[in-house]
Amino acid sequence: MRTVPETVQYYGSGPGLIKQTPVRSRTVLIRKPADIRPSEITSKDNYLNRRDFMRAGAIAGGAALASPAMAAMVPETPRAIIPGIIKNPFSTDEAPNSYEDVTTYNNYYEFGTGKDDPFRNAQNFEPRPWTITVDGHAEKTGTFDFDDFVKPFDVEERIYRMRCVEAWSMVIPWVGISLADVVKSFKPTSKAKYVAFETLQDKTRMPGQRRRVLAWPYREGMTIEEATNPLAILAVGVYGEVLPNQNGAPIRLVVPWKYGLKGIKGIVKISFVENQPETSWNLSAPHEYGFYANVNPEVSHPRWSQARERRIGAGLFAAKQPTLMFNGYGEQVAHLYKDLDLRRNF
Amino acid sequence: MNTLTQIRFIWKPIVFLACLVPFALAIGDLFGITGSLGANPIEELQDRFGNWGLRFVMITLAVTPLRKITGKVWLLRFRRMLGLFAFFYILIHFLNWFILDQGMLWSAIVEDLVERPYITLGFTALLLLTAMAVTSTSGIRRRMGKRWDKLHYSVYIVGVLGVWHYWWQVKADIKEPLIYAAILAVLLGYRLVRRQQSR
Repeated sequence: MRTVPETVQYYGSGPGLIKQTPVRSRTVLIRKPADIRPSEITSKDNYLNRRDFMRAGAIAGGAALASPAMAAMVPETPRAIIPGIIKNPFSTDEAPNSYEDVTTYNNYYEFGTGKDDPFRNAQNFEPRPWTITVDGHAEKTGTFDFDDFVKPFDVEERIYRMRCVEAWSMVIPWVGISLADVVKSFKPTSKAKYVAFETLQDKTRMPGQRRRVLAWPYREGMTIEEATNPLAILAVGVYGEVLPNQNGAPIRLVVPWKYGLKGIKGIVKISFVENQPETSWNLSAPHEYGFYANVNPEVSHPRWSQARERRIGAGLFAAKQPTLMFNGYGEQVAHLYKDLDLRRNF
Repeated sequence: MNTLTQIRFIWKPIVFLACLVPFALAIGDLFGITGSLGANPIEELQDRFGNWGLRFVMITLAVTPLRKITGKVWLLRFRRMLGLFAFFYILIHFLNWFILDQGMLWSAIVEDLVERPYITLGFTALLLLTAMAVTSTSGIRRRMGKRWDKLHYSVYIVGVLGVWHYWWQVKADIKEPLIYAAILAVLLGYRLVRRQQSR
């Protein structure tokens, strides 16, 4: 039986990429590798077929063939392929949204409040050089260059559902590093009850900040237990490629059991703090957006029922689908909230 | 040709077709001919039709002040058609929500109408517009007499409800509803000032 290393293959070139013999004739694409983008060769269907195939291969091959952990190396070039991506069992089998859906329909008010504004206005944004400052109650703090910040960690593919508070959803094949691993590496002290994040504040690079639509910089936060949940990641890519600017380049948070507004983009600061940090949408409208912002079909937003959601790309006549508690990730996260009244702590 | 025939056979058809352009573009974009509706076509149609409905309410409300300022009485010949276009765009805005967005799921529709104040406001405006649209023929107008005027004054309420509906619907960026509110304030303010002066 043919076995496959447990690595997501994008048939690209670059350091650390394992060569794999294409197995199914219809997935064999022998072009000049540098010309091929994962989103080109992987239509939604093939992407899934390949995943099924890899899952089968992984079972057959067992752990013996699992690739060794690799240092994260995220190229600078837009749409460059990220090498050495490891797949992850938390990924969903649902069909991912098209690359176009994922990268042209965004909420990123730093580049405008329309859904296509970030795509249009973030094209010239330069996500390098980039530094991330870590401060607060942790043994290791300081300001780190982006490359050094991500280097110690594995890059993983995480295909997650994303549920927006506006009652729409997508399935997105993120590439990222485990937030739990990141948090633990800084050795937070017992005083670190929460983790707070901040986006870059720079009116010239982020034109949306010229208007005070939200209190800039955008800020988000979670309890330390939430931040160390294995589902949470810091995404550095999508569809096997470097994260596009409009999706929060070079690094953004992804917490799939919470509404999308928690997924803070363009992160420049991570703080370990003792008290519940301020969050942007909660500051903007406290009765509409709580600190937790967990996906919850039973607690409606004043403007939107949260019972159902529209899956982007499902078509004009597709019915909305029921929204799942914790966006369907209850098995991983429900225990975090067992002593919390989710109706009050929305 | 005298002015009346010119208006009737040349200018009215031209204005009619011009008013249909946003609708035609939406249909063109829907089928990918003129452009695209983007990743969320239902939401895009919802926003476009709602926006055009509100614009036509404003345009209709601008007819009387424009007539009084310019003295061009023929402007009034277009008022009914413009008002009916406001009704048309708001009706398809509603139908898009009812059929495509909510999938005609009654429980969800009733819940939205009762529990989301901005939807209650918008729906009230649609009811008023419907009443004005069905009584808009010359025959009904004659038969209704003074009551017709009273009923059709509710276009002012429609303007207020429409802007309010938009304002409550946006999450944080109130720039556009604010622009509509300013235009409405001018259009209604003009009438108030005129009334004060004529006393």
